[in-house]
Amino acid sequence: MNPIFKHGPSPQHRLMLVLFCSASLIFFDHKMNSFENIRGYLQSMVSPLQYLATTPKQVMTWAAENIVTRRQLLSDNQAYKVAELRFHQQLLALEIIKKENERLRLLLASPIRGEVKKMVAEIISVDSDPYSQQVVINRGSDDGVFEGQPVIDDEGIVGQVLHVGINSSRVILITDVTHAVPVRVSRNGVRLVASGTGQIDRLTHNFVQHSTDVRTGDLLVTSGLGDKYPEGYPVARVTKVSQNDANAFALVQSEPVAKIDRLRYLLLLWPEKAAEIFAPSQKVVTPNLRDSKKSENNTGLNNVDT
Amino acid sequence: MSIRNLLIIIFTTVIALIASIMPLPPSIDVFRPDWVLVVLVYWCLALPARVNVITAGFVGLLLDVLLGSILGVHTMAMAIAVYIIAGNFQKIRNFSVWQQSLIVGVLSALYHLIVFWMQRFLIDAVFLPSYLYPVITTIVLWPWAFLLLRKVRRHFRIT
Repeated sequence: MNPIFKHGPSPQHRLMLVLFCSASLIFFDHKMNSFENIRGYLQSMVSPLQYLATTPKQVMTWAAENIVTRRQLLSDNQAYKVAELRFHQQLLALEIIKKENERLRLLLASPIRGEVKKMVAEIISVDSDPYSQQVVINRGSDDGVFEGQPVIDDEGIVGQVLHVGINSSRVILITDVTHAVPVRVSRNGVRLVASGTGQIDRLTHNFVQHSTDVRTGDLLVTSGLGDKYPEGYPVARVTKVSQNDANAFALVQSEPVAKIDRLRYLLLLWPEKAAEIFAPSQKVVTPNLRDSKKSENNTGLNNVDT
Repeated sequence: MSIRNLLIIIFTTVIALIASIMPLPPSIDVFRPDWVLVVLVYWCLALPARVNVITAGFVGLLLDVLLGSILGVHTMAMAIAVYIIAGNFQKIRNFSVWQQSLIVGVLSALYHLIVFWMQRFLIDAVFLPSYLYPVITTIVLWPWAFLLLRKVRRHFRIT
């Protein structure tokens, strides 16, 4: 029954109430970051919806994987065998190089890099929000996922964990507007910061001096500065360098090497905390190794790792 | 209102929430209609005493959590859009379905612009015309959603 006389507050009062609540939510969430824990709970609360929403896609994938011809399977198998042979051969060489690297690092009294713990995660939902670039993965605090954890795919860095729920968590991608990765050019060690642009195929580098030695096609790898990402993983390849003297800084753009638009399986990394034990020796050694190269671009390093 | 009626309203809203986070190919994704807005506008037109600005705010908050945006952005946009419907439901009810779909289109454009303005204010987002593509699909969606939801409402005699 529709009442003739309305009960309760008028729409204006309700609107005022909701507007006030949302304004304070925005303020506390965005400016004060006071919802970090609550977001974890909210994330685990809505994860059933996310699992439900991804069901049709999983059915399609299941069908696509199960309905294949015998010929297809045979040719796939052949390809995997060839690839395995090649990787195995590379692994043999890698073992030797690893040993050699360990010996050299010992000689320099710098810490040996051990194996990093990894875990495979699957993407259960991609954001339909055009303003942020995030994905949700099927691992949460039950699997030991923590906030700020680096996430990679088979090609390079993908992003880092933003909010952790119980059995799902949210990953912010490197192309998000609010995200930046400290990188260096693998060719010569020049340090840069790769900031997201909100576009899936483009990263931008601010505050690059005109004299910086960056060329189109350079591979950018993580520099390990900022203590979020482990060192040496590929991030992007430079696509555009425009050194126009009319601007204060050079315009440098790059394209992520990870296939950000077709992610499916991701790897979560547990970087080890060796820094405490070896901190003094590391401080002495690292400047000689890398930082003797040009050290431009110190300005941008403060706002890294949002 | 009985529990059953409440459950049906919640059920349709949850379906809309799922439809708005369902993974789609990027080329179709920019045209994703505002499922949640359409469902809320329908219930607000049909039962303005039940579904109201506060309901819209709550569902908007859920959408914020699901989309991972800053909490409060969709809450605000959804509440303002539904407030306009709640204030004029008697007029809008008497329009034909096509006129209603144009009104819903304008509302959807307002909704997206509010979200964009908030994002612009908070994270300096840049406007792309593709942010308004959902308006087109929402206009097309409205008559079908309206007929379907009216059938649901009459079948279950939700008042």
